Order: sequence, then structure tokens, then C-alpha cells
Amino acid sequence: MANLQQIEKSLVEQSDDSIQIGDTVKVHVRILDGAKERVQIFQGTVIARKHAGVRETITVRKISNGVGVERVFPIHAPVISKIEVKSRHYVRRAKLYYLRNLRGKKARLREIKDFYSKK
Amino acid sequence: MNKNTGILGRKIGMTQFFNDKGQIEPVTVVEAGPIVVTQVKTTETDGYNAIQVGFATQKEQRVTKALKGHFAKAGVAPTKLLREFRMDDVSAYSVGQQITVGEVFTVGQKIDVTGTSKGRGFSGVMKRHNFAGFIRSHGTHEFFRHGGSLGTRLTPGHVAKGKKMPGHEGDKRTTVQNLVVAKIDAENNLLFIRGGIPGARNKLVMVRGAVKA
Repeated sequence: MANLQQIEKSLVEQSDDSIQIGDTVKVHVRILDGAKERVQIFQGTVIARKHAGVRETITVRKISNGVGVERVFPIHAPVISKIEVKSRHYVRRAKLYYLRNLRGKKARLREIKDFYSKK
Repeated sequence: MNKNTGILGRKIGMTQFFNDKGQIEPVTVVEAGPIVVTQVKTTETDGYNAIQVGFATQKEQRVTKALKGHFAKAGVAPTKLLREFRMDDVSAYSVGQQITVGEVFTVGQKIDVTGTSKGRGFSGVMKRHNFAGFIRSHGTHEFFRHGGSLGTRLTPGHVAKGKKMPGHEGDKRTTVQNLVVAKIDAENNLLFIRGGIPGARNKLVMVRGAVKA
């Protein structure tokens, strides 16, 4: 019998496993500005990823003008043109919601220095 | 009367996908067919034209003797669901013929979906008939979800027939009209319908071309 999870997977063209929790990413979002289309970039830390086939999302958090901002991106949406991984960090959890309660130096993550050479 | 052909299926559940415009399409996935023709009814023999079709195989021990004979006559394995589709011309169909989703529907077509709605048990008037209930403040107690007055006093002296009251809600045959076929996966017999359809997951449904299309 048909299984909903398999169907949801089949609706995705290609699953991108390169994004991990704790990564600093640049998300390129195509937006319609009047009649013109332009790309808006949102850079921040991936604090959560929800796997659900075609409904898969990542939550990206950044501090903008001293205010914490989080955006949830459906990563398979056509409006997301590109997700660049800028740097990778050591994390011990799948969801970094604890970062919400931390400020400044406490809210830092330890970077994996040789991230690019390892790849 | 709906004389459009249709298909029988099983509700798998809801999900979404991105259409070619990049918009999210909220869909219900239905495992639709293949259905098998168990009987062809014609005006000469039955007084009307229709095909009788079956879907979802059933264990032989769970079928009554009468139905067992009916399936044996058609030379078809017993099915859980049997339905008729009325139509003007049945010459294209023969007993034992298999029908798949791809043959019946096209993407963008309007359809009606009939199923059994989710059972809600014995429900009050707020859930069952969308009554407003009663004000929560100003000294109300014990009557928050009641339906109010049932009628007048000596004239007419009884409650009007058909008065909406609490009772069993749901688990009824329900049809949702003018839904749209969002996508068809003919290979895996999957039908993607925009919006919701009646019933719980894994329940059997009937999908037909829309009457009001």
C-alpha cells in the first residue's frame, strides 16, 4: 500500500544533505519587487531542521541590530535559489533552541576550522 | 444525477507540493484504483445503463455467500467496495476489465469526492449545528454550551419537528463538490486532489467527474 512518507519524498527532486545544524548559511531568496525580480540574502545560523519530504524546513537565526530574528525556510521551495554553507560549527544537539536564551559571547558556537579541507 | 465516470480509492492523507508557478499546492493523496468491472448493466437487462466496479481486495472468508457467487460469476477476486457508475453508453466496458486513474481523469479536471465523514460520536449543538452557545459572563452557570429555548408554551405545545438538537454527528456519507485534480501519478495509481476530502486516512472513497462542472 502507498505510504505518505514515501510519496512526500518522491515529490522532491533532489534532497540536499549538505546543510547541518549549527552551520552558518546564506539563503538566497528570489523575491518579486514590483515587476522586477531580485535576490534577497538571509545569513544566519541553522538552529533546526525539520525533515518531512517536500515539506522540509530549516530555521535560520541571526542577530539583526541587536534583535534576534528567525526565519523558517521551506528548503525545497522554488523561491529559494541557493543555500550556501559558509562555515560549520561543533554542536551537540539537533535543535539549538537554547541559543534564544543566550546573548553576546555566550551565544557563540565553536567553529570547525578545517571544514573546507575536510571536504 | 452524476453520469460521469469515476474511480474508487483509498485516502492516504494530506501533504503539499510546489506547482510550476512555485506556489504551494495543498493536496490530499488518494490511492486510486485500479478498479475492476464486475458487472455491466444495460437498459435491456436492468432498465438502466451502468457499470459496477470493485476496489480493494477482500479475504474470501469475509464475503457473504451471495456476493461470493456474484464475484465468481464475473471471474473477479472479491473486493471490499462495490459501486455503480451510471452512464449513457456502456459499450466500451466489459466484465473483468481494469480501469486506472490515468484513463479516467486529467490534471485540472473538476471532481466530486464521496466518502464517509469522520465519526464524532454523540455531539452537542455547538459542534453539530454550529450554535453559538451562551454568554460566558453575567452570572451564567451550567449553560455555556446549551442550545437555548426549544419552543413556545401552550401554543403549539410541542417541540417543532426537525428541531436541531444534540445527537450522533459524523460517520455519514458526505460529498465534496468541485475539487480539482492537482496531479496524477499513473504509474503508482496516485491521485492528488487540491484541498481536503471527507473521512479519515485509509478510508475508501469514490471520486467522480463533477456534476456541476
